[in-house]
Amino acid sequence: MGEILNLWPWYVAGPLLGLFVPFLLIVGNKLLGISSSFPYICSIVLSQKYYADSDYNALSSRWKFYFAIGITLGGLVAKIFLGAGGISYLPQYYYTVRGLIFLLCGGFLIGFGARYANGCTAGHSISGISTFQISGLFATISFFVGGLLCTHYIIPLFN
Amino acid sequence: MKDVKYILFGIVFGVLLTKAEVINWFRIHDMFLFKEAHMYLIMGSAIATATISVLLIRYFKVKTLHRKEITIEAKGLNKGTIIGGMMFGIGWAITGACTGPIFAQIGVGVWPAILTLIGALLGAYSYSIAKSKLPH
Repeated sequence: MGEILNLWPWYVAGPLLGLFVPFLLIVGNKLLGISSSFPYICSIVLSQKYYADSDYNALSSRWKFYFAIGITLGGLVAKIFLGAGGISYLPQYYYTVRGLIFLLCGGFLIGFGARYANGCTAGHSISGISTFQISGLFATISFFVGGLLCTHYIIPLFN
Repeated sequence: MKDVKYILFGIVFGVLLTKAEVINWFRIHDMFLFKEAHMYLIMGSAIATATISVLLIRYFKVKTLHRKEITIEAKGLNKGTIIGGMMFGIGWAITGACTGPIFAQIGVGVWPAILTLIGALLGAYSYSIAKSKLPH
């Protein structure tokens, strides 16, 4: 039973993550996605009046906000019960002022980019490709082009 | 209140992301360096499982629990998919987190990820302002 405390292998975690697509469709006719939780949180923080975005439908994104709260609690559950606490998740560099600014900028690109692309790795790569949408494939290629360029040419500048 | 049940789905999703270390910067970094197959296998097997499930849903005309037709929203392809997608990829490589993992990192106690989340919210808000001026 000690194995449950170690890294869960891809052949367990990958298929289980993929099963969220049919589960969410069957339970609530929802297509797996997370990034629309950002505008929902913005609309709570700023109130609907100040967060006016004609294409954004607060009611249809609300479940993703609860889903995101669940994911946060899931991290906590994994830490308390499943031995996920004692692992280094970020390089030490990010625990400095410069590192935190770097994270803020990276986060900005995630939020801006996900809204501009109309989805993230969940909504485009998993839901989009599995429902045969060409946009899912193009978005996924773009995610990797951006990530590869950054990893090979930008991150080395900061180390 | 019917949306509250998605907290439970989220908890399971968050445990999976955390225990498979999809939320670990080093795993994401090694993925982009092609050093480690772990992340590719996770994404590949997740997409494969989801694709087979969607085919089965269509073939057997599976209904929702409320006996309604399952509808899948179509997402259009435009310039934003490519430009926004590349911005997202850069952010992913910097922070070691995509959207779900930001929340899981916070939950597992990686406090700097709070800055990532604040950045993401500022980014989403900025997009809503800039949207009309951007190429789509």
